[in-house]
Amino acid sequence: MEKFVQIEAVGQTFDTKKGKFVALRDVDLSIRQGEFIALIGHSGCGKSTLLNLIAGLTRPTDGALICDGREIAGPGPERGVVFQNHSLLPWLTCFDNVYLAVERVFAAKEGKAKLKQRTHDALALVGLTHAETKFPHEISGGMKQRVGIARALSMQPKVLLMDEPFGALDALTRAKLQDELMKICDATQATVVMVTHDVDEAVLLSDRIVMMTNGPAATIGEILSVDLPRPRNRLALANDPKYIAARAAVLEFLYEKQAHKEVLAA
Amino acid sequence: MAMNDSSVGSGPAASVTAAPVPPSAQEPARAAAGRRSNEALVGVLKVVLPPLIGLAVFVGLWYLVSMTSPQLPGPAKTWASAVQLFADPFYQNGPNDMGIGWNILNSLQRVGIGFGMAALIGIPAGFLLGRFDFLNRMMSPIISLLRPVSPLAWLPIGLLVFKAANPAAIWVIFISSIWPMIINTAVGVQRIPKDYLNVARVLDLPEWKVFTKILFPAVLPYMLTGVRLSIGVAWLVIVAAEMLTGGVGLGFWVWDEWNNLNVEHIIIAIFVVGLVGLLLEQALVLLANRFSYEEK
Repeated sequence: MEKFVQIEAVGQTFDTKKGKFVALRDVDLSIRQGEFIALIGHSGCGKSTLLNLIAGLTRPTDGALICDGREIAGPGPERGVVFQNHSLLPWLTCFDNVYLAVERVFAAKEGKAKLKQRTHDALALVGLTHAETKFPHEISGGMKQRVGIARALSMQPKVLLMDEPFGALDALTRAKLQDELMKICDATQATVVMVTHDVDEAVLLSDRIVMMTNGPAATIGEILSVDLPRPRNRLALANDPKYIAARAAVLEFLYEKQAHKEVLAA
Repeated sequence: MAMNDSSVGSGPAASVTAAPVPPSAQEPARAAAGRRSNEALVGVLKVVLPPLIGLAVFVGLWYLVSMTSPQLPGPAKTWASAVQLFADPFYQNGPNDMGIGWNILNSLQRVGIGFGMAALIGIPAGFLLGRFDFLNRMMSPIISLLRPVSPLAWLPIGLLVFKAANPAAIWVIFISSIWPMIINTAVGVQRIPKDYLNVARVLDLPEWKVFTKILFPAVLPYMLTGVRLSIGVAWLVIVAAEMLTGGVGLGFWVWDEWNNLNVEHIIIAIFVVGLVGLLLEQALVLLANRFSYEEK
């Protein structure tokens, strides 16, 4: 499907104590089914705001967002969200954290055994079968984030929304989870929108990189298509001219075009 | 213990300088075992010794004071009286002369009823106040106004409304122990991390699930803190309330023994009140630890 998620002339204004603050303006974007989109930009550019709009956690002040032919009117399980700080419930085990999501989506049509099976499958997908009975405080940050991904994927969402999911992790764990995410996306053909500030992560994972201008009143500056064949291998790509060119283009946008504007604005 | 200590300390040195026979293989093992049991003993002593010393100093001071002031019974006299008193805690010689056990149970019952009703109303009220800002702002002047009122100031109102002493005492317990539960529960609800509520929104959980899986577990530690403070207040107030209302109970007993000039029993009552309060508090601490979760 060519226009699975449509973002049309979306703007977002917040009422603050100092008056109106325009966070986003005139954002237009169409996302194909199965596409991996990275939203990148300097902090404060509204990329998380845009993700929250797709998630339905906030409503736009202008324009409309459509997912699979229906307007996004609020949060819902067909758009799975992976939060930056994992947001697992500390009083539930990893299994129960995922089960809560599975139960919400499938309890109406499936029996308990099937729901449990789905939960096991989701945790197996992220390689955490051994940690099912553990509580969040008993596992590492990378594992928590994997449970968060399992929770989002277990609902079989139409779109997976990730807000800097690996931002708080160390570089080695991050690389490992990026590889796992690529495998999962290949296997599930998921449509993903990921907010990131990591240029390498964006180029490695995405089909298209959406680069945002600096706020306030941020919007989409450029969109870069990354036509690297899949499956991708981070080692092989390191010397691939296309990869290097894509990386350079994003860096140029971030540190030349947008850095310049920031100086002018300040 | 002292011998063990010295053998551990001087063992190796002695075997190097003056041992005519090679040290046996068992000796280091025995020394190690001795050291281990020593360490365990030291650990226990570190925990037990300071409170014991504190209690000993307290009893010593009490003894000294009782030596200078002949009306105040000393520890030994009080102890003898306590032994006699607790030998038959459940005797009944009419309504004004009942065993200490009855007094304790009656006081506990009043606290239980008053505090239980306060919990039944205060905890749900706290949830509502925490969840709905409008309600919170509506109620906060009333709560701020009534909370600092001395508990006994409520007694005449209770007597007026209920026209009986016992419900009035329960009313005092109720009104003085409800505030910590309302306030702590409300604060707990307000402090639920936004992430958890976002999880609820993203999963689009039904209200009931939001309550059982997210609100309630997140608020529980705060709520139990409120419950603990409340039971402390309730137990604090019961003695004073019973002194005024009469009937069977620790407070009335203290007053009665003051009229009989039986000072040993008054001192025993103070210890009993303290001990029961401590037990109530500890029971709730255990409960709180059982149900609190680890944050990170």
